[in-house]
Amino acid sequence: MQLTLWTYEGPPHVGAMRVVTAMRGVHYVLHAPQGDTYADLLFTMIERRAARPPVTYTTFQARDLGGDTAELFKSAARDAYERFRPQALLVGASCTAELIQDDPGGLARALNLPVPVVAVELPAYQKKENWGAAETFYQLVRAFAKPRTRPAGGRPSCNILGPCALGFRHRDDVREITKLLGALGVDVNVTAPEGAAPADMTRLADADFNVVLYPEIGMQAASWLQRNFQLPYTKTVPIGVGATQDFIAEVAALAGVAVPDSLSAAGSNLPWYSRSVDSTYLTNKRVFIFGDATHVVAAARIASEEMGFEVVGLGTYSREFAREVRDAAKRYGVDALITDDYLDVESRVTELRPELVLGTQMERNIAKRLGIPCAVISAPVHVQDFPARYSPQMGYEGANVLFDSWVHPLMMGLEEHLITMFREDFEFSADAAPSHLGGAVKKLPETILQAANPAKDTERRWSAEAEAELGKIPFFVRGKARRNTESFAQERGLATITIDTLYDAKAHYAR
Amino acid sequence: MSATLQVPTGTGCLDAPVLRERGQREVFCGLTGIVWLHRKIQDAFFLVVGSRTCAHLIQSAAGVMIFAEPRFATAIIDERDLAGLADANDELDRVVAQLLARRPEIKLLFLVGSCPSEVIKLDLSRAAERLSQTHMPDVRVLNYSGSGIETTFTQGEDACLAALVPIMPRIAAGAQPSLLVVGALAEVVEDQFRRMFAAMGIERVSFLPPRRSVDLPGVGPDTVMLLAQPFLADTARALEARGATHLSAPFPLGEEGTTAWLHAAAESFGVPAARFAMATDPSRQRASAALAVAQKKLAGKRIFFFPDSQLELPLARFVSRELGMKLVEVGTPYLHRDHMTPELALLPQSTFLSEGQDVDRQLDRCRAARPDIAVCGLGLANPLEAEGITTKWSIELLFTPIQGYNQASDLAELFARPLLRRTKLAV
Ligand code: SF4
Repeated sequence: MQLTLWTYEGPPHVGAMRVVTAMRGVHYVLHAPQGDTYADLLFTMIERRAARPPVTYTTFQARDLGGDTAELFKSAARDAYERFRPQALLVGASCTAELIQDDPGGLARALNLPVPVVAVELPAYQKKENWGAAETFYQLVRAFAKPRTRPAGGRPSCNILGPCALGFRHRDDVREITKLLGALGVDVNVTAPEGAAPADMTRLADADFNVVLYPEIGMQAASWLQRNFQLPYTKTVPIGVGATQDFIAEVAALAGVAVPDSLSAAGSNLPWYSRSVDSTYLTNKRVFIFGDATHVVAAARIASEEMGFEVVGLGTYSREFAREVRDAAKRYGVDALITDDYLDVESRVTELRPELVLGTQMERNIAKRLGIPCAVISAPVHVQDFPARYSPQMGYEGANVLFDSWVHPLMMGLEEHLITMFREDFEFSADAAPSHLGGAVKKLPETILQAANPAKDTERRWSAEAEAELGKIPFFVRGKARRNTESFAQERGLATITIDTLYDAKAHYAR
Repeated sequence: MSATLQVPTGTGCLDAPVLRERGQREVFCGLTGIVWLHRKIQDAFFLVVGSRTCAHLIQSAAGVMIFAEPRFATAIIDERDLAGLADANDELDRVVAQLLARRPEIKLLFLVGSCPSEVIKLDLSRAAERLSQTHMPDVRVLNYSGSGIETTFTQGEDACLAALVPIMPRIAAGAQPSLLVVGALAEVVEDQFRRMFAAMGIERVSFLPPRRSVDLPGVGPDTVMLLAQPFLADTARALEARGATHLSAPFPLGEEGTTAWLHAAAESFGVPAARFAMATDPSRQRASAALAVAQKKLAGKRIFFFPDSQLELPLARFVSRELGMKLVEVGTPYLHRDHMTPELALLPQSTFLSEGQDVDRQLDRCRAARPDIAVCGLGLANPLEAEGITTKWSIELLFTPIQGYNQASDLAELFARPLLRRTKLAV
């Protein structure tokens, strides 16, 4: 048993729902009690999908248990087929039905419906949402993919694998990457799950290779297609300018095409915006990154190589991809935090006191509490993560979006300089929020930050003068000054921090 | 003082046929009640013993994200627990100890059963007893079921309050009569009712649930109870078993419902008619004036209720009698005839009532009827809007103060706003 206050991922059948909701022509009959229908609102409210997810729940009750839950499943499956006339039926169980062991696959097949039945077993007491999505997609690919029928030669062609419902900007990423592939002269054979019908999935092997946009969802299917149909797949996720260039090179090699000049890095505004003088203030901003593995690994590279930040910590809730995230962490000389407990994340953020947090909606809340600017880079999603405007994360346009959305919560360059110069002036209070954000970002008083991190300050006391002097240091480096001074004092066993300690520490760390 | 109520001649729809459906139910389970109960009882903590689905349901229903550390959590059962029950109990003890160490201010802990805990027959009542022994007097541990196989949406509150009844202090026979108002209400509503009762001269009034568990009211043979919510069958039964008398009344929604509800108490406490009038008249007039404005916007509009909170019947009575709306279908997850008799008597004779659900068939009926507004759960709202049917999310009716005189026009506004929005938008 695990004490859980909040969870980054839902149960695995929600992952299956994300796949079928993205597709066309598949209906999911889920053996589940009535409360599990809450999952519909994720799609209709958060993503504002205009149609209900194609899911029928059996909604068995206590009085059905031991009696005829299997019969209930059969009639639900039969009725769902009659009503929705799907091209294929997906069947499975949620956590409760898993315990009563009715075998949805066997029951559905016994109905002899005129369409294929795909059964997915998603162990609800071991696995989570992304795993469930990957497994469901893989089972559907296995069920439908047929050997290649397209003759060799002709324009190069690929599949786009991974985009699905409730994904972080999947809708816009697909559009951006399809455009990019087109510019390379590569056709998109099938995009799946999003928008694909079972009939489309039969044609997967007609492509020359696969583009895996979201490994969390598409990798398992891609490696099966490689093993069985010799379709190679891309390893780079094109988030950021550098990764987009690598992706273009990878695709060009797989497709055997030359890269046109129009696809150089000049396609993005990010490189120049990062070099322009206003961005000087971004240098070595301390950033903490948390989210799914794909977005975290990509964000760390962008933060370091393309924004000139310093990555002070990163982590993921995707245990399946812990290795990739640990490898990335090594490149930045930090320890990866692999956890699905947001309290662990909160204490890491509190301890590191970064100047910017890149995370999920949960990190946005954590950062808000701690008064730290934050941009959202990864699922789990919130209604705000489905903006009305075109807002991809991938490709060159995606890099533009990332530059804007990461810089937005921060003080603008000139503004920050003014505050440093005029910090004694009451109108330039160090506690002011960035002017373009109104009152949205409020700095927490230092005392609260201390209280949130009590272990640090139990022994070392700041003298009143030192505390006052610390207050004169611009707030955006004040946290770092406080931390450095305290560890300096600790190393030397000083019980009280005086003004001298403060400046000794400053000199020490300046070396 | 019964002249305050213009009961229509005839029996309303007491004898009307009810369509009973047994198909897919598109409703939350009883765990959802935790979302408002944990705000209401401020020193209580709700620990669901369940699966990741249960945890995900509550956080999704709670508005997707949490902004302060909430007073609810889930002990997620994993494979190891499924291997053997003794192990699961030890695990639960460990999780509870971990939780209480984190939250020393908690005085009352509810272990909330879920479908998985019930299917594996984890005995939470024994666990609660054992844990109470360990943690009393600091923390009392109780249990109830919020599982989807046993409870629908608001029935979770019923189960929670019913679990409190056995530990309510006993008031011996022969005490002065006291009034117990049962059902979670917003504080602003509670305070208004308290003032209203005081103005009538009813001083011994308490509320279940209390704001703090340590202030649990007493109950005895001289307790009379008014139900403030229509979904409290088990709680009422448990209170009756402890001697309380149930005052049958419509529920306090709208001017008429509130008056009838207050009047039931007034009658029981022998409040003179003049005093009742003095206490209620100004509020009644204010409510009526405000509702007259809302009625202009809503009269004649056709409304369809999907089954959800069991508030559907009282709401239907309010919108039809006080706002002049036309009832297309009134669905309810359960029809408790006992508590609903006064409501049924007030509903128009021809009302189409349905109990239970087969969501696809009900959607067919809704599409065919094309009501002006449909009251439904969050999963159905946007799909119906996309089909051109204006909706009101029913969960808002649980989170918004809607009971009593001063809230009557707010309640009307909940229906008026989506309609107004639709007429405003030109795109
Ligand atoms: S219906 Fe059952 S399994 Fe589903 S969330 Fe509710 S209690 Fe948990």
